[in-house]
Amino acid sequence: MIVYLNGKAYEAFPGEQVLQVALRNNVYIPHLCFHEKTGKAAKCRACVVEIEGMPGLKTSCNVPVTNEMRVTTNSQQVLEAQRLVIDLILSSGQHDCLSCEQNGNCELQDAAYYLGIKKPSFQLYDNDYTIDDSSEFISVDRSRCINCGRCIVGCNQTVVNEVLNWGNRGFDTKIVFDTDLPMGSSTCVQCGECVQLCPVGCIIDKRSIGSGRTWELDKVETICPYCGVGCRLEVHVDRKHDKIVRITGVEDAPTNNGMLCVKGRYGFDFVQSSERITTPLIKENGKFREAGWEEAIGLVASKFNAIKKEFGSDSIVGLASAKVTNEENFVFQKLLRKEVGTNNVDHCARL
Amino acid sequence: MTNDIAGIKKADVILIIGSDTSAAHPVIAARIKQAVREGKSRLIVIDPKKIVMADYAEIYASQRPGSDVAVMNCMMQEILRNGWEDKEYIENRLEGFDEFKAEIMQDKYSPENVEILSGIKAETLRAIAKLFGQAKVASLFYAMGITQHTTGRDNVWTTANLQMICGNLGVDGGGVNPLRGQSNVQGACDMGGLPNVYPGYQAVTVAANQEKFEKAWNCKLDNKVGITITEMIDGAYDGTVKAMYVMGENPFLSDPDQTHVIAAFEKVDFMVVQDMFITETAEYADVILPAAAYAEKCGHFTNTERRVQRINKIIDPPEGVKTDWEIIQLIANAMGSDWNYQCAEDICKEINALTPSYGGITWERVGRYGLQWPCPNEEHPGTPYLHKGKFARGKGLLSPIAFKEPDELPDEEYPLILTTGRVLQQFHTGTMSRKTQGLNNLAGPMVMISVEDAESMGISNSEVVMIATRRGEITAPAFVTKRQRKGVIYIPFHYKESPANRLTNPAIDPIAKIPEYKVCAAKVKKTK
Amino acid sequence: MKFYRSHILIGIDDASLAAGVKEIEALLRNELQKNNLSDEINILETGTLGHFGTGVSMLVYPEQVTYVNLKKEDIFEIVEEHFLKGRPLQRLILDRSLTQNYDFNYKRRIVLSNSGVIDPENIDEYLGAGGYEAWEKALTTMKPNELVDEVKASGLKGRGGAGFPAGLKWSFTAPIVADQKYVVVNADEGEPGTFKDRLIMEGDPHKLLEGVMLCAYAIGASKAYIYIRGEYKLCIHRLEIAIAAAREYGILGNNIFGSGFDLDIFIKVGAGAYVCGEETALIESMEGNRGTPRSKPPFPGVAGAWQKPTVVNNVETLANIPAIIKNGAKWFAAHGVDGSTGTKVYTIMGDVNLPGLCEVDMGTSLRTIIQQYAGGMIEGRTFKAALVGGAAGVFLNDTLLDVHMDYNSLREYAAVLGSGAILVMSDTVDMVDMLWSVLRFFRHESCGKCNPCSKGTALLFKLIDGIRKGKGKDSDLEQLIKVSNGMQKTSFCALGQSPCMPIASAINNFRQDFLTRINVK
Repeated sequence: MIVYLNGKAYEAFPGEQVLQVALRNNVYIPHLCFHEKTGKAAKCRACVVEIEGMPGLKTSCNVPVTNEMRVTTNSQQVLEAQRLVIDLILSSGQHDCLSCEQNGNCELQDAAYYLGIKKPSFQLYDNDYTIDDSSEFISVDRSRCINCGRCIVGCNQTVVNEVLNWGNRGFDTKIVFDTDLPMGSSTCVQCGECVQLCPVGCIIDKRSIGSGRTWELDKVETICPYCGVGCRLEVHVDRKHDKIVRITGVEDAPTNNGMLCVKGRYGFDFVQSSERITTPLIKENGKFREAGWEEAIGLVASKFNAIKKEFGSDSIVGLASAKVTNEENFVFQKLLRKEVGTNNVDHCARL
Repeated sequence: MTNDIAGIKKADVILIIGSDTSAAHPVIAARIKQAVREGKSRLIVIDPKKIVMADYAEIYASQRPGSDVAVMNCMMQEILRNGWEDKEYIENRLEGFDEFKAEIMQDKYSPENVEILSGIKAETLRAIAKLFGQAKVASLFYAMGITQHTTGRDNVWTTANLQMICGNLGVDGGGVNPLRGQSNVQGACDMGGLPNVYPGYQAVTVAANQEKFEKAWNCKLDNKVGITITEMIDGAYDGTVKAMYVMGENPFLSDPDQTHVIAAFEKVDFMVVQDMFITETAEYADVILPAAAYAEKCGHFTNTERRVQRINKIIDPPEGVKTDWEIIQLIANAMGSDWNYQCAEDICKEINALTPSYGGITWERVGRYGLQWPCPNEEHPGTPYLHKGKFARGKGLLSPIAFKEPDELPDEEYPLILTTGRVLQQFHTGTMSRKTQGLNNLAGPMVMISVEDAESMGISNSEVVMIATRRGEITAPAFVTKRQRKGVIYIPFHYKESPANRLTNPAIDPIAKIPEYKVCAAKVKKTK
Repeated sequence: MKFYRSHILIGIDDASLAAGVKEIEALLRNELQKNNLSDEINILETGTLGHFGTGVSMLVYPEQVTYVNLKKEDIFEIVEEHFLKGRPLQRLILDRSLTQNYDFNYKRRIVLSNSGVIDPENIDEYLGAGGYEAWEKALTTMKPNELVDEVKASGLKGRGGAGFPAGLKWSFTAPIVADQKYVVVNADEGEPGTFKDRLIMEGDPHKLLEGVMLCAYAIGASKAYIYIRGEYKLCIHRLEIAIAAAREYGILGNNIFGSGFDLDIFIKVGAGAYVCGEETALIESMEGNRGTPRSKPPFPGVAGAWQKPTVVNNVETLANIPAIIKNGAKWFAAHGVDGSTGTKVYTIMGDVNLPGLCEVDMGTSLRTIIQQYAGGMIEGRTFKAALVGGAAGVFLNDTLLDVHMDYNSLREYAAVLGSGAILVMSDTVDMVDMLWSVLRFFRHESCGKCNPCSKGTALLFKLIDGIRKGKGKDSDLEQLIKVSNGMQKTSFCALGQSPCMPIASAINNFRQDFLTRINVK
């Protein structure tokens, strides 16, 4: 079907909401509470538009498209309403971008930029707030919270851990963990789904604070090295310092839909651990000494050959690995079967 | 998994037995919880420990560890007695039903008798059978709670029996779904990292397979089945194994009866360990070869639903570190061969050529979403669920499985059952997860004890206690919880400072060769 | 049947209970007995007698005198003077010249026809007053769609505030085929100054139940819930008694009157959040969730309680239904004016002589209501403003005293009938304080679901608070209007859309009050 956005025709599909059609076609409408995964909430009210034949303004995230629908996203009335909504949000929290982790990756910043709001018109919050730093991996700064509710939907409907919820009412509404416990004392399992869904700098990865602006980081997709679910993740790397800074889940992955667990999201220190060994080691008199590759490989090969010769191929065994690639396991068993001449290959599948 | 992750929400009923899903496979647990929350699926959880998933279950039952065959046979007896089985499916797609039925219908599997065996109330067993048996499509998820028994194979066959008689195999949303515990344990199996098969489960004993690989590799190959990991340790111990090559594994912590493992390591003539770290196992090596991490190389992992997915190189390995395949190639060539792989892609091509189920999973085709094997050719879209229409062997074989007790049962001296497993925040032997301090802060060693047992022994929470079995003893802080079943203690095996596998029984399943980690006799003592 | 020479109706409601009515009643009974009058004089407990701020009051027939503000020591005198000597005690009698409100022979009452007349805890009295005749008529002689048509034809509009035609609402849900439908009674009555639903339920609970039954039958619902605020203890008590009695009489239950129709009614107690008067927030709260509005569509008529088709109606709306079904749409439409048929129950508060409750025809002027039913302005004070429709209403000034109180007439002045609360203010009241109070209410009651409302109500209050404290600027008035208009356009539900009404009307009609506060430091 066809939908007109500001007079221009775009293709739309049944079941889509107006906002989805607009975003797919790069027609920006400010929006904060909508996320493809958590769905329409119509809470933030930033995405209001005019729709021909409907009275007043409508939130575009929860109006399903109909054929020939005519939508105006940029009239004076629309922009003024959107500006009020964003202005009220900016006026109600500590939305300074200077040292905010999400600077450059913030949906509130995008909206304010689009609407040309230079500074909040009102001041509705007091400076008296504390950051909840009690959790091992996640930091919560409620002064930046915009009550979009994406974290709550994610916690309850996506990962179904049922920890986050709303507390208080009205202006004092806030996100709470269990019965308003500090995050670290709550039943939170720190899967980080809330971090991934937060559109602003409220719920953030504690361990990556200050370690790189989002636009400075290179992002590469790969597969999680932990359990067998095979979650697809995106590794954020600071190339200048060759350092892994953060890991996020890939939203469109068939295995995990953006979800990760505490290990997959935060347990990446081992890769760049100082305990890594970087040179072959040979044991002499009960102690390891560093050796060159040529020496070490030569020793292994000559030992294998000698043992094979003296005791037969089957006196050599190999343990393949449940943590290396298919390609590497393939050549490992090939080495044992072809070069050593034994089927004594196994790995810890049973353990 | 015979079925795929997307199929979870297509099941009317989901049975989790022997899997602490939210701890070991959190994202699959989330999918199951979603299915329950959205009202798509009803959940049954059978596990000795009241795991988190039990909180989402319509029926939760705690069985005595090791009684799984009895419990499932009982379910099947109830299903057959009430006519809830899929008669058409049994008629058309299965064989061996009569012998199977003769075993199942014996009085020893009646709910009342299995109540005595398993500790699950007869009425609960009936309710489970009814809910499961009457489901249109039911799926079954298990993990090491089913396999790590001396009756591991029996347990697995019983899950298959159950799913077959209910017509849940080869059906979208159904299936027997073992959850694989490591990122590429599926791939390691698929790639022939097993003593009995070449890549793609082509038996080494079949002449045609042998010829195929001999031709491809231009060499002579052995046609007798090799030895398994536990037999390797035994071999090293008794001197028949002279050299061990260990790649990215840590048997020191992962194998049963640690004392025995250490003795074997000390005895073996030559041991090579290839790893990122000097693991507990590597301490015993003669040579340690530094290998690259997952983020430093490319290739493929195959996940629990048989989805082959690309891993990409994110950063360079530290200077002096090589990828595993590079090291293996160096050894092969140093041994006198002439391998010439330039990159992982070259190996992938060989996999495609020699592994029928991976035939179509080429480097170019894998893409961002991966492909699920079997995928025999480049036109094939992959296979979300197995056994559609017919089984690999033609007709599905129902085998009568008799209940057997575990190898070592509690007695007067060792009155408790020890069972081992994982916690959410740690992984396997901890070589990776324990390098992140935050994870260590969240989860350290512990022994989970029921409130009843703790009270009777005067043990309080966090108190360091000693746990002993016939193999050895360790100390760990007690975690006293209502979630634990009376008479059973649970220890995660991740920790070298409290190594659960110093305690476990090395008795193995005679066919699957899997050790009985889930049941052994133990005692707990106060340390002060 | 026993005949008494005199009947005493004692109004039992939350207010009189607080004033110790039970003690006084016991004392009265005791005194009558002492004087051997028990066989001659009958005491009946009933609902409110319609006045407010009158403490313990009782109405004595056949003299038709109302005693108000009774204290214990008064009882001896009343028994002595009135019941023994036959001389009504003038000192304690309500001045009848002030009001016609308590004229219980008033024929045009629909909703309050039994209130203050029958014992609300006795189903037989309701039956004796013609109760459940409509229910029996409907079940035995009418098809559900005939009920819908009758209500449509009556022109009855929702009395909760929005004024949506009741019959039309029913007609959306009635044809839907579903395994379960619900009727939900909105008895959350949260609009400040409104307590009509409480008095309807306290005075005549069966009338509400009968209305619910008729609605349930019309739309095909087998379950109904009364969502009632927790503070309404007496209502809950009397409704529980009424439901139990109806069940016992076979008026509720399975196969009622052999018609094959099943219905049961349940009470859900709310915690008294203003936003839960919004029907979707009410449903959320009823389901056990946080009381916040749902996104519409789908409307409750299609997917309401537990996602099943649900009709949510206000107490007063449903209390009109039995009379409509019993007497016909035509009879009902003869009350009121074109476009606003029937009567309306008002609660009148403020600087009037007799604050209280009255039921008058739609279209009666504000002046008439104040003069005739509320006893006029308190002596020495002149009318300045009336806040009509609760917090979400408008401030009318004296130029609008003769406006007809009906949907269409009020719309011309951008005003609403709302819940029927009328707060009358004299010249002693400063509109800045009034608006401050209204905006503080909105700030307190915003549920927090959407940004414009949760943050906007806080901003509005901050602005008016500044003005009130003498720190305001002229531009603050424009800011109040601008922000509240923006909120009207962007807020999720009526709560955030409403503050523009009291704000615009207060500032436009009483600008001088604001300017005075701003400019006189």
